[in-house]
Amino acid sequence: MAALRDFWRRYRRNKGAVVGLVVLASILLVAAFGPVIYPGNPWDMAGAPFQSPFGAENPLGTDTLGRDVATGIVHGARVSLLIGFVATLAAVGVGICVGAVAGYFGGRVDDLIMRLTEFFQTIPSFVFAVVLVAIFTPGIGSIVTAIAVVSWPAVARLVRGEFLTLRTREFVQASVVLGRSARHIIFVEILPNAISPIIVSASLMVATAILVESSLSFLGLGDPNMMSWGYMIGASRSVVRLAWWTSFFPGLAIVLTVLALNLVGEGLSDALNPRLSREGR
Amino acid sequence: MPSIHPLRAVAAGILLAASAALWPALAQAPAPAPARGGTMNIIISPEPPTLMLGINQTTPAAIVGGKIYESLLRYDFDLKPMPGLAKSWSVSPDGLTYTFKLQEGVKWHDGTPFTADDVVFSAKTYLTAVHPRSRPIFQRAETITAPDPLTVVFKLKGPFAPFLMAWEPSTAPIVPRHIYEGTDFRTNPANAKPIGTGPFKLKEWVRGSHIHLVRNDDYWQKGKPYLDEIYYRVLPDASARTVAMETGQTHLSAFADIETFEVPRLKAMPHLEMTTKGYEYLAQIVWLDFNLRAKPLDDRRFRQAVYHAIDRNFLRDRVWFGLGKPATGPIHSSIPHYDANVPKYAFDPKKAEALLDEMGLKRGADGVRARITMDQLPYGDVYVRAGEYIRQALGRVGIQVTLRSADVATWGDRVRNWDYEMTLQVLSQLGHPALGVSRLYVSSNIRKGVLFSNVNGYSNPRIDALFDKAAVSADAGEAQKMYTEIQKILVEDVPVAWLLELEFPTFIDKRFRNVVTSAIGVRDGFADAYMQR
Repeated sequence: MAALRDFWRRYRRNKGAVVGLVVLASILLVAAFGPVIYPGNPWDMAGAPFQSPFGAENPLGTDTLGRDVATGIVHGARVSLLIGFVATLAAVGVGICVGAVAGYFGGRVDDLIMRLTEFFQTIPSFVFAVVLVAIFTPGIGSIVTAIAVVSWPAVARLVRGEFLTLRTREFVQASVVLGRSARHIIFVEILPNAISPIIVSASLMVATAILVESSLSFLGLGDPNMMSWGYMIGASRSVVRLAWWTSFFPGLAIVLTVLALNLVGEGLSDALNPRLSREGR
Repeated sequence: MPSIHPLRAVAAGILLAASAALWPALAQAPAPAPARGGTMNIIISPEPPTLMLGINQTTPAAIVGGKIYESLLRYDFDLKPMPGLAKSWSVSPDGLTYTFKLQEGVKWHDGTPFTADDVVFSAKTYLTAVHPRSRPIFQRAETITAPDPLTVVFKLKGPFAPFLMAWEPSTAPIVPRHIYEGTDFRTNPANAKPIGTGPFKLKEWVRGSHIHLVRNDDYWQKGKPYLDEIYYRVLPDASARTVAMETGQTHLSAFADIETFEVPRLKAMPHLEMTTKGYEYLAQIVWLDFNLRAKPLDDRRFRQAVYHAIDRNFLRDRVWFGLGKPATGPIHSSIPHYDANVPKYAFDPKKAEALLDEMGLKRGADGVRARITMDQLPYGDVYVRAGEYIRQALGRVGIQVTLRSADVATWGDRVRNWDYEMTLQVLSQLGHPALGVSRLYVSSNIRKGVLFSNVNGYSNPRIDALFDKAAVSADAGEAQKMYTEIQKILVEDVPVAWLLELEFPTFIDKRFRNVVTSAIGVRDGFADAYMQR
């Protein structure tokens, strides 16, 4: 309990991070309860096309086909956050396993795994994601997979670095002497001590994943059956001179979410690594 | 009754009187005679791979090549033949012999006189070797002969009604025999320096920048063309094309040069004129294709229900921004064989639901009667929007549509290998049902692996017999009766749901006149186009 309070005290010191947390919390609330307020199908033609925003019926206006922009943003929040979190979870899971094995065992295993990781890193990640989604039919599953596939190498390298240093510490040596299994040492002894940089990079990775998903949808490679922010911008970029609101509000939603995630990530970094962040300044 | 302020009424009256006084003066002002001179800048996008129409018939090649090469005939907006390189023509009563009398004094761009031998060579040797679309047409000829230098006679093996519709420059360009005879047609150096009989000659082609055409001073229509030169500007970027038209840097845009959502804005510009004429020969229809091998699409009532559930006016107004016309059947209304007197499928979701109920497709607990996958046609934004609209419209009557997107190659693979349930398709009708329509419905054209064949597997012996007979009927009245029956049967059967007859906007700078004068529009020769001073 005291540790948590201490954590919060350090987190609070970063004002930006607090603002980010508030914004992120409200976006999560919108994603959770928004569809109750806007129960309609986001694809339905809810009104006349190109209604300007701030009207009584369509607070954020309607798009080319008369679809309500507000409903789209609320439903899109679910898709964006879902993809962001699931893809990150998958990438972090793979990254931890690969990085831990490489860092703990070292030697030939490390060489092999790191060459493989570098192979993935040499391919420009967005282009790689586009190719993956295009090969597997665009859909929510293929998008999550593609984002995870292009994101895990960064986590793997980070985890490997942590493991390389922690492996030489006394408590690890002690476990080895006690005859603990490698699995036990990796997951019970070392991983908890390496978790803070992983959490920080994961929070930033969620933001990146949301951006990648939006870019894919913008290019028409999104799931054609799920409303997402990137899709909304992509579908209305052609009418930006006629109806600015159709792309402005989804764009604003992306900016706010990504900004909030970055601020939170920075706050987490401050709170989890107090020496790193404060001593340097 | 709205009340009118007395003063305003008086003012209106004065205005009316004044305009009435002015009107006759305006009407009597003589139209200025076409004058020589002027340079026209035209958008071309994408850049054509070649201007040799025998080898490449893509739209950009046809637009530029149509100024250089000519064919025997031209077609007016009702698709009636007009003289081209042929001055006159006649058909024997049995429909087997076509005789063309050629224009006098025609010269190739290199100065060599044009004769009937060039036509014989083009039709008999050249086009049957290189041109995929005209090969089956000219292979129907038993003999092609030139009894004298200004006469060509085609004797067909059997009657073929659309024979007179094949004589436009991208279907049957006439090429010079003295250049091509005995050479490899595809690698002949003249393909890069085209020699035709048309009103304009190629001066220079700077790849990626422009194609410069100049007036053919020896053109067979004396005094024409009026324009001195034409520059085709290669503008790959859509917004750059719009700006070029707005600022007057270019004077003509056509087909999909201007994106649909920009059309209303350009239409309102005072220096531009918009026309949708000049696409009658191509006559494109967008339709919703049903794979008849899949359930419940094999049931006619289901397809009728789908047709009733889609508001074609909404598609036209909201997706195509007002460009187009709701289609009523398999034949485009600009084709002379079109018959409007067919069963109508008004937008009527209630009727759609009644038809589905009758089939026994009741709504489940989730309100869904049937689930269908629809492949998105990857031809750009409008088709994606159209697919999204159709999904919502069908959802309202209880048909849950799941969209599947893919790139052009994957879409093509799925459709030609019959691995789809529903998709949009669009195709040209090429002036005659026997050239562009029958291929989609006759069972002899159910060929797996071939795109734009009868991919949905529609098979009706009556339709097969009618299309076969109509194509070879020498009697136009008889053929029309058959085409009318075909349209009635097909519309009742709804093998596909015809949604929209596409219209393309052609924007013309108002200083230029007589630009679009035939059914092939901007692909024609522009001998009559002139610049007003």
